[in-house]
Amino acid sequence: MPDYSWPAAEQRSLIGKRISRVDAPLKVSGRAKYTYDVTRPGMLFGKILRSPHAKARIVSIDISAAEKMPGVKAVHIIQQPGSTIQWAGDEVVAVAAVDEPTAEDAVRAIKVEYQPLPHMVSDAEPPAGAGEAAGPLGEDDIWDALDQMPPAEVAKQLGQYGVSFKVTEDLLEDMKKYDVPSEVIEAARKATYHEVKEGGARSSYQKAVEQTQGDPDKAFAEADVVSEGVYGLPVITHCCLESHGSTVEWPDKDHLFVHISTQNVSGIAGQMAEPLKTPAANIHIHQDHIGGGFGSKFAADRWDITAARLSQKAGGKAVRMMLERDAELEVAGARPSAYARVKVAAKKDGTITGWQSQSWGTGGPGGGGMPPIPYIFTIPNLRKQHTAIRNNIGPARAWRAPNHPQAALITMAALEDTAAKLNMDPLEFFLKNLDITGPRRDVYREEFGVAADLMGWKEKWHPRGQNISGNIGRGVGLSLHTWGGRGHESHCDFTLHPDGSVDIKMGSQDLGTGTRTCILIVAAETLGVPLEAIKLQIGDTMYPSSGGSGGSTTIGGVSSSTRRAAVDARDALFAKVAPSLSAQAGDLECVNGTVRVKSDPSRSLSWKQACAKLGAMPLTIRGNNPDKSKPPDLTNSGVGGVQMAEVEVDTDTGIVKVKKMVAVQDCGLIIDLKTAESQCYGALIMGISYSLYEEKIMDRTSGRMLNPDMQFYRLAGISDIPQLVVHMMTGKGYDERGVVGLGEPPVISPGAAISNAVANAIGVRVPFLPLTPDRVLAALSQKAGA
Amino acid sequence: MREDDDPKKPSQESSGVSRREFLKIGGITVAVPLVAGPRVVEAAGEPVKVYGPGKVPVELTVNGKKHALQLEPRVTLLDALRDHLDITGAKRVCDRGECGACTVLMDNKAVYACAVLAIEAQGKQITTVESLMEGETLHPVQQAFVDNDASQCGFCTPGFVVATKAFLDRHPNPTPDEIRRGLSGNFCRCGTYHGIQQAIAQVARKGA
Repeated sequence: MPDYSWPAAEQRSLIGKRISRVDAPLKVSGRAKYTYDVTRPGMLFGKILRSPHAKARIVSIDISAAEKMPGVKAVHIIQQPGSTIQWAGDEVVAVAAVDEPTAEDAVRAIKVEYQPLPHMVSDAEPPAGAGEAAGPLGEDDIWDALDQMPPAEVAKQLGQYGVSFKVTEDLLEDMKKYDVPSEVIEAARKATYHEVKEGGARSSYQKAVEQTQGDPDKAFAEADVVSEGVYGLPVITHCCLESHGSTVEWPDKDHLFVHISTQNVSGIAGQMAEPLKTPAANIHIHQDHIGGGFGSKFAADRWDITAARLSQKAGGKAVRMMLERDAELEVAGARPSAYARVKVAAKKDGTITGWQSQSWGTGGPGGGGMPPIPYIFTIPNLRKQHTAIRNNIGPARAWRAPNHPQAALITMAALEDTAAKLNMDPLEFFLKNLDITGPRRDVYREEFGVAADLMGWKEKWHPRGQNISGNIGRGVGLSLHTWGGRGHESHCDFTLHPDGSVDIKMGSQDLGTGTRTCILIVAAETLGVPLEAIKLQIGDTMYPSSGGSGGSTTIGGVSSSTRRAAVDARDALFAKVAPSLSAQAGDLECVNGTVRVKSDPSRSLSWKQACAKLGAMPLTIRGNNPDKSKPPDLTNSGVGGVQMAEVEVDTDTGIVKVKKMVAVQDCGLIIDLKTAESQCYGALIMGISYSLYEEKIMDRTSGRMLNPDMQFYRLAGISDIPQLVVHMMTGKGYDERGVVGLGEPPVISPGAAISNAVANAIGVRVPFLPLTPDRVLAALSQKAGA
Repeated sequence: MREDDDPKKPSQESSGVSRREFLKIGGITVAVPLVAGPRVVEAAGEPVKVYGPGKVPVELTVNGKKHALQLEPRVTLLDALRDHLDITGAKRVCDRGECGACTVLMDNKAVYACAVLAIEAQGKQITTVESLMEGETLHPVQQAFVDNDASQCGFCTPGFVVATKAFLDRHPNPTPDEIRRGLSGNFCRCGTYHGIQQAIAQVARKGA
């Protein structure tokens, strides 16, 4: 049996080193082509008329003027009169025209009459007594729930509440295709069908069943200290710089060719097949580079399907349909909000004994689930209850580490408040309670030690509000997080050519996380050739399928399938070469562009000479992950990370400045240290952005987003970036776990760490993110009045 | 003002701007009859060229090469580059002068190409990220971005590279404060600012 395991540390010449990303030269020179950059012959420009109302019935649509305009090639009604709009910006009519100005004029010439209906866009705390008990789940509810709660909870709800529709085999198949865990599929199969009356108005509040463990009443009665607080963070958007969209054409009436900005190249054809009544096999998907996704680009969206319909009407010509910035922020991605009133019970020595929370939040029309609180800490006595708010802000999408940043903020802020009430250093308090953090507790302990040194925690931490000089308060805060990150299903074709060239074809995508670079590192390490000697082709449905890039699953998947293929290809080459080196295949190795005998390196062939022994035909090997027939498992699940933040707060203006952040992170065996560190730097910066600035602000009167642009939907800029310190845990105890994903984990903790640092600096909790001057000043004035 | 109110007078009609719209604009004193090229009106005491509303001839000099185009006057320099010349390094992100992804040089000064009309860019030297390489050799700023992993998804990168080059041309040895101010007109979503700061430090050390 060939040895597929990762090479030992002393044998690695590329894996784990700092290697520059291979796509960088294309990106810095403007030569990298993104979906938005694709121009096709005779291409038309698509535009969409969107609803100005958050909730409305479409009464009538008149497209006659638009259809008659010169240059307009197709008009398509997306939602017919009689349909109900559920959020502002929802798609109503689309046009395709010879150029963009004409398409814009055509959209303006369309007349739609709406009957506005009462809407709700608030996610304020539900009024006392509000909320119906959860009813049977609709199909959308199930998909929403899968995005927002653990599978076991979804399965439990299906069992408890049943479904409001007839579950079909098609749906169950779909679930399988999208890797829905089998416990959920089984629960859906067995779920009881309850008829729901048509038009029966649903309450805006869906109350989940209260969950209880242990004896919370006793824990609170016997506690030495009880800390109470309210915490939360609002809906934010993904704000991908390359907006969502595609360029779609029908080369002939049976075939579709799609350039699309997607995190899910291999999965898109299947999603377009059903609505377009075209076999997935006839749908060709292509993407070279993607300008950001962050969890919001897994689907063939309605605008993509619409582009295909416009193209059909226009005789198959390509239609470019990229969202405008306002639409991107209004409809193409939002992270659910989460808020909670929390009570924590603790003993004098710092032991946490009880948790109680009433939480709420919104993920738009679907409501959404409870974030996993209390996060990481398994508190023995607890009671928690969540109310989902169903409203008209538009649907939520997975946002980097779905639900974890929310859970981390609520939990770590509540625990830090508890430590403050106990007059304990939070570092000491968290370390004391690590025993209830599960399997990663020793990792956290080690990481806290490293982080404390890198931050200078001992010197910098003072009791709350006791490091204020003049109008500047200084403080430090911390948080910890976890994530799964096991590699997804991935396949590749790995070819050695008799002339010595090598190519890899894989249907994956590279989100800018370094996927291309890591595939090449694994292949080059295995073959003993330089990265440049290997040609890698990704981003196309002509290549073997590889999973969507979500949940930090890509690196484990693509590195494992590549490693297995490369080992098999190398060993097949050894078998061909062995006779000419008068050796056994098993005695050969490839090092520095040669194939040689391990015990006698002087007996060697150059890589090119060795490949010539393949004969006339190239050798192609399929690599797979997972592949039980080719052990060991090369990927693993479960990481731990801790972060610390240092801030300065101006108590006159309320302005928060992050001065320093430290991230200490494990992720098993690191393939490319340089791009791994960049994931952490980027996550810290994204974290500073959502901690200080980001909020999708909804206007209660009009029901519309007030800041759908990049002036008022503010991202952190270069001037907001403090000293950043990243430390990756590597070596013994980490490397041998195999490859684990890193995209999500480091973005989880910044909100909690920064919020805790601000509380430490000014002596009072600012309950909600983002930590804007008005919120900081409000907290300070409450403290002064208290 | 009074004499121009005569609706039979051709100058305003042929200017493509309705009289009613004209009257909304304060301070317009006289409309000058057409000559070849864009019509000129006097607004607030200054002569102002009036184009369109249909397509008009536009000549752009991009990366040293002249291009003759027919564009509606409302087309931005960015869209002219991307959709008419297939020069796509400058990206369209906010499309209203907020994010810097479309940064190009106009007569060596960094501008947001989405906030400049193509007709306004005539007679200027437009330089885009594509022209910074010399043959296959990256510009020192580009090389520093590669070395310091200053790109992830890369969509903001061309804008940042051009803005950085323009900034370093003016501030060859910037202080950290100057970097923060000088590059605050560009946004990144992946969070590559740390790498960008390192890249700038590298170029400043070596000299571009």
